Amino acid sequence: MNLLAIIGEALRALRLNRLRTGLTMLGMIIGVAAVVLMLSIGQGAQTTVNQAIASMGSNLFIVLPGATSSGAMRQSSGSAQTLTLGDAQAVASLPSIKAVAPIITGTAQLNFGANNWSTVVTGVTPDYFKVRNWSTEDGEVFSDTDFRSAARVVVLGQVIAKNLFGDEDPTGKTIRIKKSPFLVTGVLAAKGQSLDGRDQDDSVFIPLTTGQRQIFGSQFPGTIRFMMVQGKSAEIMEEAESEINQLLRQRHRLAEGMDSDFTVRNMAALAAVATGAAKVMSLMLGAIASVSLLVGGIGIMNIMLVSVTERTREIGIRMAIGANRRAILTQFLLEALVICILGGLAGVALGIGGAWAVSQAADMVVVITLGMVGLAFLFASAVGIFFGFYPARKAAALRPVEALRYE
Amino acid sequence: MASVQPDSTAESLIRVENLCKTYSLDNGINGTVNSQVLYDVSLNINRGEFVAIMGHSGSGKSTLMNLLGCLDTPSSGHYWLAGRDVAALPENELARVRNHTIGFVFQGFNLLKRMTALDNVATPLLYAGVGRAESRRRALELLRQTGLGNFAAYQPNQLSGGQQQRVAISRALVNNPQLILADEPTGNLDTQTSGEIMAVFERLNREQGITIVLVTHENDVAAYAHRLVRLKDGRVVHDGGVTA
Ligand SMILES: Nc1ncnc2c1ncn2[C@@H]1O[C@H](COP(=O)(O)OP(=O)(O)O)[C@@H](O)[C@H]1O
Ligand SMILES: [Mg+2]
Repeated sequence: MNLLAIIGEALRALRLNRLRTGLTMLGMIIGVAAVVLMLSIGQGAQTTVNQAIASMGSNLFIVLPGATSSGAMRQSSGSAQTLTLGDAQAVASLPSIKAVAPIITGTAQLNFGANNWSTVVTGVTPDYFKVRNWSTEDGEVFSDTDFRSAARVVVLGQVIAKNLFGDEDPTGKTIRIKKSPFLVTGVLAAKGQSLDGRDQDDSVFIPLTTGQRQIFGSQFPGTIRFMMVQGKSAEIMEEAESEINQLLRQRHRLAEGMDSDFTVRNMAALAAVATGAAKVMSLMLGAIASVSLLVGGIGIMNIMLVSVTERTREIGIRMAIGANRRAILTQFLLEALVICILGGLAGVALGIGGAWAVSQAADMVVVITLGMVGLAFLFASAVGIFFGFYPARKAAALRPVEALRYE
Repeated sequence: MASVQPDSTAESLIRVENLCKTYSLDNGINGTVNSQVLYDVSLNINRGEFVAIMGHSGSGKSTLMNLLGCLDTPSSGHYWLAGRDVAALPENELARVRNHTIGFVFQGFNLLKRMTALDNVATPLLYAGVGRAESRRRALELLRQTGLGNFAAYQPNQLSGGQQQRVAISRALVNNPQLILADEPTGNLDTQTSGEIMAVFERLNREQGITIVLVTHENDVAAYAHRLVRLKDGRVVHDGGVTA
């Protein structure tokens, strides 16, 4: 008995029942396509989250004004103006801290020629770009001198550069922010979405001092909106957190037992939560898709069982002319396997097409990896063998006389 | 009861001793019921013989043929085929025996549907591990020998009964068996076609020395054989001349 010939017999049997073969295959196709689609969406979500985390900068704390505790009428974090530039400078001098970026924000109207655009204007120190690990694509970020002298200079995010300048090179040009002229020193590289889904490239950066004095006109001079603090290394983050807490409580003259009027948030922990959520979503999508694959598999078993019963006489004839049990088993198993492999191939193609359509229609990131395609395919084959085995064994276990007598 | 003593120089192909077959049936009323169909059947058939088995319907002819053809296993007794004890062989070995040693011809032809005559004839060789080209060559040659050279591409439902039985005989012959077992091979055929089919068997026996055992109801079919075995209620009641 040679395998090739038996593959031929299996293919012949499948061809003789095209409609039945096609319908069974459809179950497999849909199952595999669902798996590929779901995995690619899940993987895409994970990739989006990972990119957002990577774009955040490493070993980061965010220090916000306002208490953490969620007492009923307490001010929400960020609403009180309790953090100052002095706090930021003090934190920067802690031994466990590498850099600190105090930040103020506000929205303002930008103009360049006839184009105008309303966006978030962020006042920062030059260190901000180091903390965020954010480099320019063109030109430079502003300097310490610009910061100290509260110069009217601005660094543009990608989206703003596109919207105001189109294809023109913005560096060296002058735009207006709240009608005051600002010199564009550079354009930042694209950063993409942040964890909360904001487009980080839709923003512009000016020196914090310039913002305080000329743009935002704060009611509380010297306060900042929040600060980003970068620890020296991942290992000393806990230590750094308690140092920051201690220092700020001291500076804010908070007695023992009083609530802090600021909040220190470790971004790594936040990132872990986001990553975890994305993973759970991936797993859930995968599980849902597996169910459809299972249903497809049961469909195959169903068809193969019917086929065994229907072809009992044929099995008897084959045995009478010399087919042994293994040959019968192999043939039926191969029939199931061929359905699964062809269905798997078509399913992979459909899944990839579907993922592409989803990415286009819903503007979502989808990621298809070879591993995922391989997994879906392997899974399909496993389903084929698993669900093909029972009917195949049933066929092979028949005694020739019994099979021949079958009407 | 005259019994032909086998020629002592001739070599035995089939030897059965005290073969019994009992079917167990679960009739659903009073549990399992055993019904014995063959009682102590002993036979010796030499190479080159042409034996007809006759008997009333239900006398156990098909049961005996199935046992001789290794399609079923006896309840008790011994069976040596070509000197080999086959009653005790495992199913895989029996498949080999059916493939290599025996060619079976059925009353209802039992061809594989929607498959050409050529492929039908070639199928046993698939299980014998013979290559596709060689299989087809041999299958075509056999179809020519049985007069069906022009019908190789026909499917069973496009052939007459007689033609289908010739395809079945070609299939039985394709792996050069030593023994042909035919269970009422002419049962579904008219008299003239029966004669043609019997002529094929007769020629195979005479020219190629193939041992043939066939079951029939009809005396003129049995007349082609050289020896007659008559069964009655599962027992051998005659073993000898055809004109009994
Ligand atoms: N699978 C079976 N189960 C139970 N009884 C059977 C089975 N096959 C045959 N028989 C019985 O065995 C007896 C002999 O049958 P069979 O050998 O087919 O007779 P014949 O071929 O001589 O007409 C019959 O009475 C039949 O009912
Ligand atoms: Mg019968």
